[in-house]
Amino acid sequence: MTLSPSSIEQVIPGQGAMAQPSARARRRRFRFVANGKAATGLAVLGVYVLLAVIGPWIAPYDPDARSADVLQAPSARHWFGTTHLGQDIFSQILVGARSVMVVGLTAGVLATILSILIGVTAGYLGGAADEGLSAVSNVFLVIPALPLIIIVTSLVDQASDTLVALIIGLTSWAWGARVLRAQTLSLRRRDYVEAARATGERTWRIIGFEILPNLTAIIASGFVGTVIFAVMSEITLAFIGVSSVSSWNWGTILFWAQGQQALAQGAWWWFVPAGLAIALLGTALALINFGIDEFVSPRLRTGGRTRIRTADGRTVAMRVGFTPVLAPNPAPVPMRRPADPTREDATS
Amino acid sequence: MRFLLQRVAFYLFTAWAAITLNFFIPRMVPGDPVQSLISRNQGRISADAIASLRVLFGLDSDRSLWEQYVAYWGQLLRGDLGLSFTFFPAPVSEVIGSSLPWTVGLVGVTTIVSFLLGTALGVGAGWRRGSWIDGLLPATTFLSSIPYFWLGLVAIALFAGPGSFFPSSGGYEPGLVPAFDAYFIPSALQHSILPAATILVSSMSGWILSMRNMMVTVASEDYITVAHAKGLSERRVALSYAARNALLPNVSGFALSLGFIVGGTLLVEIVFSYPGLGFQLFQAVGSKDYPLMQGIFLIITISVLVANLLADVAYLLLDPRTRKS
Repeated sequence: MTLSPSSIEQVIPGQGAMAQPSARARRRRFRFVANGKAATGLAVLGVYVLLAVIGPWIAPYDPDARSADVLQAPSARHWFGTTHLGQDIFSQILVGARSVMVVGLTAGVLATILSILIGVTAGYLGGAADEGLSAVSNVFLVIPALPLIIIVTSLVDQASDTLVALIIGLTSWAWGARVLRAQTLSLRRRDYVEAARATGERTWRIIGFEILPNLTAIIASGFVGTVIFAVMSEITLAFIGVSSVSSWNWGTILFWAQGQQALAQGAWWWFVPAGLAIALLGTALALINFGIDEFVSPRLRTGGRTRIRTADGRTVAMRVGFTPVLAPNPAPVPMRRPADPTREDATS
Repeated sequence: MRFLLQRVAFYLFTAWAAITLNFFIPRMVPGDPVQSLISRNQGRISADAIASLRVLFGLDSDRSLWEQYVAYWGQLLRGDLGLSFTFFPAPVSEVIGSSLPWTVGLVGVTTIVSFLLGTALGVGAGWRRGSWIDGLLPATTFLSSIPYFWLGLVAIALFAGPGSFFPSSGGYEPGLVPAFDAYFIPSALQHSILPAATILVSSMSGWILSMRNMMVTVASEDYITVAHAKGLSERRVALSYAARNALLPNVSGFALSLGFIVGGTLLVEIVFSYPGLGFQLFQAVGSKDYPLMQGIFLIITISVLVANLLADVAYLLLDPRTRKS
């Protein structure tokens, strides 16, 4: 049961930048950060992680505490305004960051481990094991994940963060496994792997030390993709009220905003900050993924200034895969003598 | 032909896996949901209905798991998905039947439109790398990072409201009877504009990006250089040579990600209280209506499988290599 090729498999070139184990490569390891997109993404992600750690401590109010300031617009006292019970929304967002990051990262790690185990095993072993494992991951890929997650979570009363992370992690590994399998298949027959096998290295060593390091970029981008999906799923679950509504995350804030008709009351501050927080986190993760893609496949980089001046003062836009052909110059060109066959041959 | 048969076999296998999963899910429910339903509706449930629900939930303890599984399949093949708790005593199949056309109309149409539009823009962005379309990429990334439902909330806040042309909820004017007439159709269209725009805005960027990346990859192939060297027009090279080849992985990517997309778009229905499957699922979750949840999951999965099969047929038509063997 083979599936048609996906874009990722074709976009990722054979080895490219990742396979040069020399002292030079070691020094260049942090070049990934030099990519503007990746650096921006990592910086924003760093802020979120910091908030997840210190958020509950620096929150100015208790997110559950009610006060007399009911449904107030943002002010110096309440930066993001207050809810219908007078709770401080800024505090809720700060406290909620931890839950979002914990669920996203836990589910991401779990799904990544599963995808490595299943994808690399399938790709390396081949044969019946490959057929079986590929069929299982394709089934998980095709079945709509979100409805399944919603239904499974709704079976449990007031699902905790850990449980939500587990459910999301267990249902979202298939894409990563598929991509890893394809890449492992192509690495398996490379010369250096054959050489390792010929020198009698054990299978686990070949997989762990020869193949896995060359899959780093794919594993990283799969991890980031899964974290995006996990964060979105967790927030969705909280928003529709399936998971626990007593612990704070950004979905819970939106759940209460929707339940209290914040829109009809014009309380835009109730749902705008949470949504922007989610979108910013998602963008940061997506930027990291672009950075990884471009690091691995330099062609994908958005072209900067590629205009080149030619000798006769015209400009040509250089593009990958294109050979610029200059159209005949409108200005009168000094004509060559047509009756000189030898020169004609020499120039053509 | 062999390709298609393989795919059909795979989808049948997936359908079987989904149905089996569906069989086991309610068996994890703690307690006895049927008993609580019976006590809530004293004497209004027929003995047949109770028996059917007990099969669904695996509560007839005197039968083995295997017998329960066979009975479950028998029930499914007769089209009996049990009774809905929320819309009691309507059968689940009836409830789903009434909301399915709405979802197919909204989610189906917008998904296809977003794929076509996104792919077209991606062709442009990939071919003219470094042009203004590349500048749009960060913006579209940001838009696609927003959860669909939040974008829907913002759309409602901005565009809907008292006196606005766009209604904030529902699928048609209350008081109209669903029918193909001059009153109902315009009303249904008017109600679908905002949800459709929400889905389009947030789902399109994925297609733009993947098509752009494929175009960039294809543009450096030798046959593109040859096409240029032959002196073919820029447009011809871009569309008939580069785009045609870049499209293939995008089509198979489309098939694979349908499950994800459908899951996300269902949420838009929740925000807009659009009378489709997503909103129905939301209500079912709220009232712990397990038979309805299961039924909706089954229908969504099967629709996604059918859509996948259609995408495979499209792939077959686009790529002559799959037809050769």
